[in-house]
Amino acid sequence: MSAMLLSLVLLLAGCGAPAALSPAGPQAGQIAGLWAVFFWVSVVVEVAVVAFLLYAVLRARRPVLTLPALAAEPLAERRLTRGVSAATALTAIVVVALLAASILVTRALGALHAPQALTVEIAGHQWWWEVEYWDPVPSQRVRTANEIHVPVGEAVLVKLRASDVIHSLWVPPLHGKKDLIPGHATSLWIKADRPGAFGGQCAEFCGYQHAHMRLLVIAESRGAFDAWLARQRRPAPEPTDAQARRGRDVFLTGPCAICHTIVGTPAAARLGPDLTHLAGRTTLAAGTLPNTPGHLAGWIIDPQRIKPGVHMPSIGLDGADLQALLAYLGSLK
Amino acid sequence: MRAAAVLGLLGALLVLTGCQREQRRFSEVAPASGRPDRLRASGFNPGDRQAPAEFRNPYERNAWAAAEGKRLYAAFNCIGCHANGGGGIGPPLMDPAWIYGGEPVEIYASIVEGRPNGMPAFGGRITDSQAWQLVTYVQSMSGLLRKDVRPSRSDHMSVRPSEQSGTSERRKPPQ
Repeated sequence: MSAMLLSLVLLLAGCGAPAALSPAGPQAGQIAGLWAVFFWVSVVVEVAVVAFLLYAVLRARRPVLTLPALAAEPLAERRLTRGVSAATALTAIVVVALLAASILVTRALGALHAPQALTVEIAGHQWWWEVEYWDPVPSQRVRTANEIHVPVGEAVLVKLRASDVIHSLWVPPLHGKKDLIPGHATSLWIKADRPGAFGGQCAEFCGYQHAHMRLLVIAESRGAFDAWLARQRRPAPEPTDAQARRGRDVFLTGPCAICHTIVGTPAAARLGPDLTHLAGRTTLAAGTLPNTPGHLAGWIIDPQRIKPGVHMPSIGLDGADLQALLAYLGSLK
Repeated sequence: MRAAAVLGLLGALLVLTGCQREQRRFSEVAPASGRPDRLRASGFNPGDRQAPAEFRNPYERNAWAAAEGKRLYAAFNCIGCHANGGGGIGPPLMDPAWIYGGEPVEIYASIVEGRPNGMPAFGGRITDSQAWQLVTYVQSMSGLLRKDVRPSRSDHMSVRPSEQSGTSERRKPPQ
């Protein structure tokens, strides 16, 4: 059994350590440490149990005649009782110790706090993540989707809510899973110790496209983060050429504007992701596609082919309008 | 023994009849694509109807479409004027009285082309499939759909019984 487990771990090691076991923050570090404790304790217990089992099996093969004499029986009986009691006590101690370790880690996970911390509100939707950077001044709040930027080395408060069904946020290198429940606010603190892009995933089955509900957490230096946030606060740039201007008209007069927002234009609907700075994002459709003009075109023409069941409908756009729309969306840096 | 087998087979057949109920058609571009062109935008006199009966709601037996319509009904803020069917700024939708007609195609026209005194035209803003899904849901509110097609529960607190509890006797509006 343990051999199987070990070979499984080795197999996983072949494709790089699982993200949850290569932590990038203190929270995930705690969880990875706890995982290691549980894993190695389980390995030792498994090896010991299998060893004793083998010993018992082999011992029973001895001929009946070599059994201890009747006179020696009470002594062997007493030794056996002592052994079994010791093993039972040891098992109880190990189980209680594991429980204690688990409680301590849970407490440590809840201990991360910081006054005046950056607050990010994440709302789970079928099947994408709405992200809002909180600010006491409403006009300074920033809304984006499926991509979170955080400054390295700072604790960030993540508030979670859901609009339709239960989702669960899981960014393995940063934290464990936390459910997003409709009508019930939850929160967690994260902190990234090193810069990098960390993938996350919805971890609670939420419908047809649950598997295509990913997000990206990008940890960067404070300077880079501030620059990014300042860029996000700006309204969408005015289109400069005729093609992009036509694209904006297509967006505003067609079905796009009934679901999407582009700050700086009359489009202000909140059913779909905010597209104000779409061209600055890495992926489309919650991590389904890389954000390139070709993929964007395919996505706009027939989202149901790429992500069946997604709430974005297929709209009939002719080629010229599509190219204009792509030019406009591509300018939304 | 044989009787049991026959009964079992009949039961299985009965189950099969439910297969179409929740059918999800993701990739279609509007079942009855294009606007029925014999449809007049809107008569200015309430009750001034010409019902082209040959247009049927393509989703009338599709429970999934009714549920999608229910989602869109909230998403596109139909609730803002019609509430959950009880009406407010706009007329109620859960009673048998229709100002501009309760035939599927007439409801479709009300959504797509708008009506005087406030109902905006959603044509061009929403797709044809979405419009028909909304029609399906609006029909379900006044019991115009089969009971097994109507949405059976609400996600939110509701002050009214679910669409399933309506009766089919409301089928025809009083003339």
